[in-house]
Amino acid sequence: MTNTIPVHLDINGHHHELRIEPRVTLLDALRDRLGLTGTKKGCDHGQCGACTVHVDGERVLACLTLAAQAEGRAITTIEGLAREGELHPVQAAFLEQDAFQCGYCTPGQIMSAVACIREGHAGSDDEIREYMAGNLCRCGAYPHIVAAVRQAALEVAS
Amino acid sequence: MRDFSYLRATSTDAAREAAALPGAMLLAGGTTLIDLAKCGVAEPDTLVDITHLKGLDRIAVDERGATIGALARMGRVADHADIKSRFPAVSEALWQAASAQIRNMATIGGNLMQRTRCPYFRDPANFPACNKRQPGSGCSAIGGVTRGHAVLGTSEACIAMYPGDLATALVAFDATAHLGDRRILVDDFFLLPGTTPDREHAIEPGEMITAIEIPSSAAARRSTYLKIRDRQSYEFAAASAAVGLELEADGRTIRDLRVALGGVATKPWRARAVEDALKGKVLEPDAVRAASRLAVEGAVDHGANHYKIELAPRVVARAILKLGEAA
Repeated sequence: MTNTIPVHLDINGHHHELRIEPRVTLLDALRDRLGLTGTKKGCDHGQCGACTVHVDGERVLACLTLAAQAEGRAITTIEGLAREGELHPVQAAFLEQDAFQCGYCTPGQIMSAVACIREGHAGSDDEIREYMAGNLCRCGAYPHIVAAVRQAALEVAS
Repeated sequence: MRDFSYLRATSTDAAREAAALPGAMLLAGGTTLIDLAKCGVAEPDTLVDITHLKGLDRIAVDERGATIGALARMGRVADHADIKSRFPAVSEALWQAASAQIRNMATIGGNLMQRTRCPYFRDPANFPACNKRQPGSGCSAIGGVTRGHAVLGTSEACIAMYPGDLATALVAFDATAHLGDRRILVDDFFLLPGTTPDREHAIEPGEMITAIEIPSSAAARRSTYLKIRDRQSYEFAAASAAVGLELEADGRTIRDLRVALGGVATKPWRARAVEDALKGKVLEPDAVRAASRLAVEGAVDHGANHYKIELAPRVVARAILKLGEAA
């Protein structure tokens, strides 16, 4: 660790100070340095969506974001979604619709779905499929994932 | 991923200067660069982060055209109301590219710098020979698995396909890239591989893309991007076409036509032969299909990618006819 830099990260409303190598991705900082293991490492190359988090309210891939780049931005992970012990409507919808099997892609799916609804891209099943396409599910739970996003979008709208 | 130094640029000039030093590279959305650093393809000594620069993400549209700041994110441009109404092919090329997450990260300037997805290029550990990575080392793709490789613009040194969607639409509508004060047609910004496939872009050390400008035209206003792929979404094009159409007052004679191909060539590929064959002619299915064959004039396949030579003209014809029906 010869070449470390100070990085200040704002994650789920909490401030963290790290000394890390510049090459450390936001994903590795979250999981290995801060113990926030809800964000998953799938492909680590931007092809699966398992590491989806929000930066300044927009969904991005933590595996292709350097932690240093995220300084000064508001980061939200799956751990920051529930409010005072109450599940986010998207989390509740995933449970109700049984929208997963092994669960590995689920945090990324949920973070992506929250943003998808907020962007206004959950207007139909086709639109949900298109705008959720960046989140792969190797178990093939897609029909239930679409149902969960549809349900949550209606709840958020009402 | 090899370690590097990280520098956060405080101004465009500072970024240009820092990135001109040997071993330094500009870092924007990182969706290509960080990925290639993990693959061992990019080995920067210093990354100059430009994502914190202010004012380079503006999208301005007026009667003359659209000017899009280099740091505008792909997703923002795709959803911009004036881009959707005046340059539908540009919006469609963007929202059909990558995933929502990547579109929130990747910038318009960085998009022009996107590298090929050639699996041999991306895997130096297993395929040391690659003229694009290491000039003179050979090409592992020729004689290899070529289903995703180019059929147009190839050379004996390289058959790597240009994978992007946006630039295909940009070359169809004569867009220019702003490199500070220097302007260059996007079509000229992308270089053919020839004997120097390592040199992909007409950009010099110390230069930085600051904006993209797309001139307005009737053809750009009536345009579409048709992308055919192995799966319905989140996939690179098997073949794609950006097409713009302007008809005469009679509603059937073609006054202006723009055609560019994606997914089949070593750079975004303007198909002027198709345009020239149809301008002044009546828009009619048989004529459109015959002219669309000219899109792949001079194409050379390497076995498994032969299907692209059949597919591309059909994509072009379908896109033109679709625009014709939308009268």
